[in-house]
Amino acid sequence: MTATTVAAPEASLGGARVGVVTFPGTLDDRDAARAVRLAGGQAVSLWHADADLQGVDAVVLPGGFSYGDYLRAGAISRFAPVMETLVDAARGGLPVLGICNGFQVLTEAHLLPGSMIKNDHLHFLCREQVLVVENADTAWTRDFTQGQRITIPLKNQDGQFVADDRTLDELEGEGRVVFRYDGWNPNGSRRDIAGITNAAGNVVGLMPHPEHAVEPGFGPASAAGPRAGTDGLGFFTSVLSTLVRA
Amino acid sequence: MGRVVVEVMPKPEILDPQGKAVVGALPRLGFTQFTSVRQGKRFELEVEGDVTPEVLAAAQEAAAKVLSNPVIEDVVRVADAATDAAGTVLSGGLA
Repeated sequence: MTATTVAAPEASLGGARVGVVTFPGTLDDRDAARAVRLAGGQAVSLWHADADLQGVDAVVLPGGFSYGDYLRAGAISRFAPVMETLVDAARGGLPVLGICNGFQVLTEAHLLPGSMIKNDHLHFLCREQVLVVENADTAWTRDFTQGQRITIPLKNQDGQFVADDRTLDELEGEGRVVFRYDGWNPNGSRRDIAGITNAAGNVVGLMPHPEHAVEPGFGPASAAGPRAGTDGLGFFTSVLSTLVRA
Repeated sequence: MGRVVVEVMPKPEILDPQGKAVVGALPRLGFTQFTSVRQGKRFELEVEGDVTPEVLAAAQEAAAKVLSNPVIEDVVRVADAATDAAGTVLSGGLA
């Protein structure tokens, strides 16, 4: 991880400001902001039409159907003013997490390789999904351990990750597959890939939704009981730890 | 006023659910001879004045940059709508 733009060397996690972008058609921005707060960070709302990142230390591109998925999922959002600034900042090391539609935006913006197409079974699918953490060394997965199994919701129609074999081999060879679907592959994604990272490890995209598994009572089932799962919180505490270390 | 037509198709190896649904519906209407359907997108880009080679070049760039995603789609045609209607094959069109 390259050092990021932490404004002041504050020791507490509460000093980190995490931006959450809202595009027209974004659905999960409020859940993402809530997840940031529950993890101990400060959530900052970013608007698609404003190129100013307001000095945030990290950015979440949340899920939804930005621009109604017109043209292709994420294709129009990719050219929003906020994205022009964000692409440069991400190339400079700013931690960026793309969830579901946010992942699609990241691939359209060429920050991550591959693309997402319709699920192989053609249906919208909503389920509690088990993932294997394949890379616990990214800005967003540090608080997990490699091989750990986590459960977070999956809900999408265009979730099938595709890329050519050369790209897939490259991703595997460089350890850039961050998450794989455990057991059943819910959408036909190549090599069971649920999430990937860029070479630097600061940009991560995945189809399932960590921001919906951050608070007991409102998450997936877990050993602690129904709706008790909070495995998603690890994404947000990871980036806060990353920022403190930087 | 000129018009450029851009046509984009899903790559052959990419699942095309819309085409699959259509090919499933055709036999029910008695069209039993069609074994496969692929559905793509057609864009019509209008410009003031004629479709010049520069306009076609710009349309090709837009087709590659935003109208298609090369990971999953191919741009199969970029052409002047008017000339094409007359049956002329344009050098500006992509193979």
